[in-house]
Amino acid sequence: MTRAETLPRTGDVTVTQTAFRKALLDPQQAVPDGLTNPDGQQVSKRFSVYRNNVVHGLSEAMLTGFPVLAKLVGDEFFREMAKVYLRIHPPTSPLMMHYGAALPGFLESFPGTLHLKYLPDVARLELTLRRAYHAGDAAPVNPDDLTKLDHHALMATRLQMSPASEVLITKWPAKAIWDFNMKGGPQPKGGGETILISRIGFDPVAELLPDGGARFVNSLIKGCSFGTALGLATADTPDFDLTATLGVLIATHSIIGIDKPD
Amino acid sequence: MSNNMKTVAVLGAVSAAVAASAVPAFADGEQEKCFGVSLAGQNDCAAGPGTTCAGTSTVDYQGNAWKLVPAGTCETMEVTDAEGMMMKGSLEALDTNLPAS
Amino acid sequence: MLDIAHDNTLPNGAGVGYKPQHFAALIDNPGTVSWLEIHAENYMGDGGRPMAQLRHLAEHFPISVHGVGLSIGGETRLDPEHLARLKRLVDWLNPAMFSEHLAWSTHDGAFLNDLLPLPYTTNTLTRITTHINEVQDHLGRKMLLENPSSYLAFAESTWSEPDFLREVARRTECGLLLDVNNVFVSATNLDFDPRAYIDAYPLDLVEEFHLAGHDEDADEMGRKLLIDSHGTPVDEPVWTLFDHVIARAGARPALVEWDNDVPDWDILEAEAARATRHMEPALAAQVSA
Repeated sequence: MTRAETLPRTGDVTVTQTAFRKALLDPQQAVPDGLTNPDGQQVSKRFSVYRNNVVHGLSEAMLTGFPVLAKLVGDEFFREMAKVYLRIHPPTSPLMMHYGAALPGFLESFPGTLHLKYLPDVARLELTLRRAYHAGDAAPVNPDDLTKLDHHALMATRLQMSPASEVLITKWPAKAIWDFNMKGGPQPKGGGETILISRIGFDPVAELLPDGGARFVNSLIKGCSFGTALGLATADTPDFDLTATLGVLIATHSIIGIDKPD
Repeated sequence: MSNNMKTVAVLGAVSAAVAASAVPAFADGEQEKCFGVSLAGQNDCAAGPGTTCAGTSTVDYQGNAWKLVPAGTCETMEVTDAEGMMMKGSLEALDTNLPAS
Repeated sequence: MLDIAHDNTLPNGAGVGYKPQHFAALIDNPGTVSWLEIHAENYMGDGGRPMAQLRHLAEHFPISVHGVGLSIGGETRLDPEHLARLKRLVDWLNPAMFSEHLAWSTHDGAFLNDLLPLPYTTNTLTRITTHINEVQDHLGRKMLLENPSSYLAFAESTWSEPDFLREVARRTECGLLLDVNNVFVSATNLDFDPRAYIDAYPLDLVEEFHLAGHDEDADEMGRKLLIDSHGTPVDEPVWTLFDHVIARAGARPALVEWDNDVPDWDILEAEAARATRHMEPALAAQVSA
């Protein structure tokens, strides 16, 4: 700081955005030369206004984007962890609504959360719910229309899935953990889950699918016919429960179109 | 690829699923649906907390330097994975799982 | 494009920065609030509640779209994907106004989520001019450029901020958004006279005002440092400076921004009502003239 008194400077005082950015995300870095207070003196604390803005803004965005993770580890721990995350994974897009996409992988190797092996699955669920919240709008079909098809037509029909619909297969009971933390649900039990995430109106929902349900729904999402999807599901899971799976699809407003073959 | 379910079984399964489900309600108007919960995590153009926050400090999390312990609902949860491996609480697991370095 | 029944220009009255928690109160009791501003990046999803709320609000109020992520001052080229997203939003909403910041926020592919400062040099001028021309050409509309809050200065700067903004506007034919709180914050932090700044500012190019609250802090020398935190009521000296602006420029669409510790609707509406009161003498004069 005392060197500032030797002003006026005569050297190169160009501050590139590369230098600014480097110092912004790494407090160990010196503040670039050429940034001054009103007396022309080199600044340090004034630069930390920007350092704080970045760290604070991004960690708060993560805190609000992962409410269940924050409850699981506590806000203080989450904020400190977010500070590590955001320096490794700064946003690659200006859309804060989707920030944190790399968090599941980060949680798998972060020393502070290594022992909480279910956290990555919970992060995946929260990210998927956020995607569903912002997905395109679509009205569900009247399920009665499904019963108007004969067997041949049904098999050849393509059921259009909502843009909000995604299947998440977890190793840990992520939905049960989510319910425990957000809805006062029971102690999470059991192992992995197959979760269908979708949206009813404007509110994201998550429901469990039975065995084979992931194959069936993912096939529909890819655009396979009903018959093809059913064939794939029953090949994997001979006792595939079509009634239960369709029940979940209907209840979560996931079917938005019935494309009959020509 | 073969359809293991017979024709009758498939149509029956569809009918049963439809019969068991309520018809989607379209009663709510657009405005009513707008009132629901809004997710946060927004962009804005405000500055943060000035010079007095921890954006200027980093934590060395390599090795054992990460000292913070999760202090949330993870402490009270008992979760098992698909293979029956159990995660109980937080502190107990912490001692055994931190990498030695 | 949305079919909007009302006059789709910003009125010379008070608006507020829209917050989703105010949706119901705003529809029920807009008070003196006659227009709204949204942050573009929060409405770039494909659908869902944010877009439905916006569609609904656009039926009641003229909307100003305020971008916070275009990085107009960036050293590298504008992000074509982001520009395309912005065009999609603007083409659909057909807002009464679009504005962005004299700042940068993206570099080397990282979005830093802050409005970062620029040196006022001929190099910067050339770059900003190119970027604003690109934005205006791409969107097919004029944009407004907002003056920043400054916490430090660049030794390399060779232009004053008002002169720099005047020259950008001359070269690009963009309009200006005058943030009165930002002027006050920068004047305090960089030790200049805010009135002299206003007197040097090309007020004839201003199509929108911003007002907001700030926090007080200090640098390591103990000098007062104001932070543009948008988390408190507009400070009294900022209202006084606003009066000075109105006396010279007349009334314009004036926005109250409140982004942190967002209060109940009544408090925000009262702040907007105060902005309206400050403009009333000028409005009366403009009507009779």
